[in-house]
Amino acid sequence: MMMRQAITRNSLILGLFAITTAGVLALTNNATVPKIECNRQAALKSSLLEVMPAERFDNTLLTDFITVSDPLLGRNSHHIYRARLDGTASGAVLEATAADGYGGKISLLVGVSADGTVTGVRVVPPHNETPGLGDKVELKKSDWVLDFNGRSLDNPAEERWAVKKDGGDFDSFTGATITPRAVVGQVKRALQYYEQHREDIYAMPAEPAAAQTCEEADA
Amino acid sequence: MSDYRKITMDGLWHNNPATVQILGLCPLLAVSGTVVNALGLGLATMAVLAGSNACVSLIRHYVTDAVRLPAFVMIIAALVTVIEMLMQAFTFELYEILGIFIPLIVTNCVVLGRADAFASKNPIGPALLDGAMMGAGFLVVLLLLGGMREVIGQGTLFTNMQLLFGPAAASWEINLFGADYRGFLFAVLPPGAFIGLGLLIAGKNVIDKRMKEAEKKRQAEAPKVSRRVRTTG
Repeated sequence: MMMRQAITRNSLILGLFAITTAGVLALTNNATVPKIECNRQAALKSSLLEVMPAERFDNTLLTDFITVSDPLLGRNSHHIYRARLDGTASGAVLEATAADGYGGKISLLVGVSADGTVTGVRVVPPHNETPGLGDKVELKKSDWVLDFNGRSLDNPAEERWAVKKDGGDFDSFTGATITPRAVVGQVKRALQYYEQHREDIYAMPAEPAAAQTCEEADA
Repeated sequence: MSDYRKITMDGLWHNNPATVQILGLCPLLAVSGTVVNALGLGLATMAVLAGSNACVSLIRHYVTDAVRLPAFVMIIAALVTVIEMLMQAFTFELYEILGIFIPLIVTNCVVLGRADAFASKNPIGPALLDGAMMGAGFLVVLLLLGGMREVIGQGTLFTNMQLLFGPAAASWEINLFGADYRGFLFAVLPPGAFIGLGLLIAGKNVIDKRMKEAEKKRQAEAPKVSRRVRTTG
C-alpha cells in the first residue's frame, strides 16, 4: 500500500512538472515564432542582396523561388531565387552545397545574371573550415570570394575553372588548398546547371511562400 | 549578511565553476574564441543558473527525493529552451554563431550541480544569489579566456560587438597590433583554449598561495598583539 502511494504521488508530481514546463515552452514559442521567422527572412534577404545587386531586379526574390534537386548543385534539394526586371528574367540566385570541403560541406549562394555571368558568390555560415586558413573563403576574412564577380563559363574557359595548383586561374590560400578547390568546383557546377536549365528555371511556377507580416521586410 | 558575502566570494573565487570545480569545459573551451562569443554564452549561462536555482528553491518542499533530479532537469531544460527562443528572436546573429552551444547549457554540470547541491536546500534569496554568482564566475573566466584568445589569435579586442549591442558597437573594435598582424592560429584553435585555461588556473593558484602566506604571517603576529592587550588590561 505504502509503495503504491509513493508511486502515485511521485508520478503526479512529475506529471505536473511536465505539464507546467510544456505550457511555459508553448507560450514562449507562440510569442517568439513570428519574430524568429522575420529574422530568418531578413537574414536571407540581406544575403541574397549581397550576390544579386538591388538594381538588377524589381520583384521580391524571397517569394519568387523554386526548389530543385540536381547533383550539380549538391545533395538534397536547393532553392533557386529568380530575379526579374520589368517582368523579364534578369538573373537567379542558386543555392549550392560543396560536399568536399576540408571540414565537411560548405553552403554557397551563387548569383548569376541572365546571360550566365556571376554577380556574386558568398559562403553561407555555418561551415567547419579551419579558422585562419580555410575560412578565408568568407568575405569577412578575405576578399578572395569577390574574384568570382564577372566570371562566367567562358571567362576563364571551363577547363581553367580550378585553383592555380590544379592548373586553373583561381588563387588558393597558403596552407589551404582543399577549401578553395571545393568552392571553385561547386561554383563551376552551379554555373553548368544554370547553363543547362536556363529556360526551365524562369518558366517553372513559383512556390507558394507563407504569408508574411514582417515590418522589416518592407524596409 | 556575511552569508551572502560568502556565497558571492565562493562563486567568483573560492569555488569558481571554471577554475576550481573545472565544470562546463565543453562550452568554455569551444566558445571562448572572441570576447563577444564569450559574453553571449556567459550571460546565457548566468541567466539559466540564476533562473534554475530560483525555481528549484521555490519548489524544494513539494518535490520528493525520488523524483527530485528528473524534476530539476525538466526545469533546466525548459529554461534553456526559453532562452534559446528569446535569443533567436532578439539577437539572431549571435544565435547563429553560438548555435549549438546554447542547447548544450543543459548539459553544463554547473547548472544541475548548483540546483542539487545548493538551491534544493536553501531559501530563494541565497539560491538566486548563488546561481547568479556561480554564473558570474563562469562568465568572468569565459571573458578572460575570450580576451586572451582574441588578442593573441587575431590581434583585436571587442570585434563584432554589434552582434550583442546593436550597430553603435561596431566601432568598439580595437586593433592592437596594426593591420600587419597575421594572427596566431594556435590561440584560435582548441589547444590554445586548453593552454589558456591552464594558465588562468595556474594564475589563480599562485594568487591563492600568496594570500595564504600573507594570512599566516598575519596570524603569527596576531597572538602577540592580543597578549599585549591582555597584560595591559
